[in-house]
Amino acid sequence: MITVNDLHKRYGDQKVLDGVDFTIQRGTVTTIIGRSGGGKSVLLRHLMGLETPDSGEVIIDGENLSRMGDADLNRIRRRFGILFQEGALFDSLTVAENVAFPLEEHTKLSQSEITEVVREKLATVGMTGHEDKYPAQISGGMRKRTALARALALNPDIVFFDEPTTGLDPVTKSAIYALIRTTHQQTSTTYVIVSHDIRGVFSVSDETMMLWDGKILARGTPEEMERYPDPIVQQFISGSPEGPIHVD
Amino acid sequence: MRLLAFFGAIAINVAQTVRFAVEETGRSIVLLGSSVEWLFRPPFRFKQYLIQLDFVGVQSVYLICITGLFTGMVLALQGHIAMSRYGAESLIGGAVALSLARELGPVLSALMVIGRAGSAIIAELGSMRNTDQIDALASMAVHPVQYLVVPRVVAATIVLPFLALLFEFSGMVGAYLIYTAQLGQDGAVFINSIKDYLEAEDITHGLIKAVVFGLILSLVSCSKGFYATGGARGVGLATTRGVVISSLLILASDYVMTALMFKPS
Repeated sequence: MITVNDLHKRYGDQKVLDGVDFTIQRGTVTTIIGRSGGGKSVLLRHLMGLETPDSGEVIIDGENLSRMGDADLNRIRRRFGILFQEGALFDSLTVAENVAFPLEEHTKLSQSEITEVVREKLATVGMTGHEDKYPAQISGGMRKRTALARALALNPDIVFFDEPTTGLDPVTKSAIYALIRTTHQQTSTTYVIVSHDIRGVFSVSDETMMLWDGKILARGTPEEMERYPDPIVQQFISGSPEGPIHVD
Repeated sequence: MRLLAFFGAIAINVAQTVRFAVEETGRSIVLLGSSVEWLFRPPFRFKQYLIQLDFVGVQSVYLICITGLFTGMVLALQGHIAMSRYGAESLIGGAVALSLARELGPVLSALMVIGRAGSAIIAELGSMRNTDQIDALASMAVHPVQYLVVPRVVAATIVLPFLALLFEFSGMVGAYLIYTAQLGQDGAVFINSIKDYLEAEDITHGLIKAVVFGLILSLVSCSKGFYATGGARGVGLATTRGVVISSLLILASDYVMTALMFKPS
């Protein structure tokens, strides 16, 4: 279970998180939506222990990330899989080497066992046959799929997705969401997705939260969010230029 | 008025460069502390050390040999111009050897390594920072300083003395070739002059300098790359500043070490 209590973060004069509170149940797919530049990725980085809050706490299965040292953070991060916005694959490694990386770092598997796990994970995301290519030689969608295979390599308890479909064409987007659905059904993993692609994330989420003005403005199932009475939520979901949300 | 504006602009530039250098020195010292801490903590990734030893050291060999060769050739010619006025051509070998061992070997090797490997380190780490690859490492419970910085710092610190020695040897070869082939002097005189004037201390002091230069250039390069923000432009700026700052720090530390090591006779 992930619990966030009264999380605050400020960069200079800019208040990014202003008292965020929520709980995410184990094994669910939860999406955090909100405007671009609205603090979603910052919130996700706090959940991953990559940022230290000004105040408040992030508790994962009873352990407070905000008070952990490097060693404890590293221990808990081994339970995470993370898919970054642009994939964040290592340029100098091939597709197969990228997926093998966490296995080589954190398991005592033999080289042949690692090769087998890599083959299996790449097959899951439809990347068989591209093992020896470098990230610069594959498309954006393939990079995301490879990053997903890498995120799933250690069979994590929690997978964080930062804008998993940004910059992809509609067909590839659907393929990524289908992959998120499929891989989630195969495991009891908790998925936390940050995105502003409303329709896409509604298709995979058990619960959605909207981050607005540094706080969680609304939360519920996709159906509940569709009916949410707040005009900000409604405008955000409909994507209408008319309403309380002003375009900068 | 124009003159005032001109000198004002120069003063601002100098002040900015000094500020960057001071900031960078502080950040590099912090990174050094973190690197020392992670150097002795497992896991020890020997493959990463070998990759960096190859990149910073082995792949610089050709460049260092060529640079050293030409430097020695120039020193022999310039030495001849100066010393022939006093009929002291026989001292050229010793003079070239001393210049190379005490100063030019370590300093020019370091400057060449900054240009070839230091700039590449800044660009690579900067690009990794800007594409979340450093965060990806941290998120996979791999400490980025341990994985990225420590092997580069260790490799540069180890290989710089060897590159300086190679530079000095190439320089001596270049000087010998000019001394004998172009200036028509006796090679034995050149060698004897080196034996007479070059002492072991000259070489060891030069090598100590090279170790310090390796540490400085790798720390500054890693620091500039590791903390580079602002996309492609930011990485470009970080590379430029890193090269300038590490070069300045090497020249400044060279003076300090020279003052401390070499007492006037």
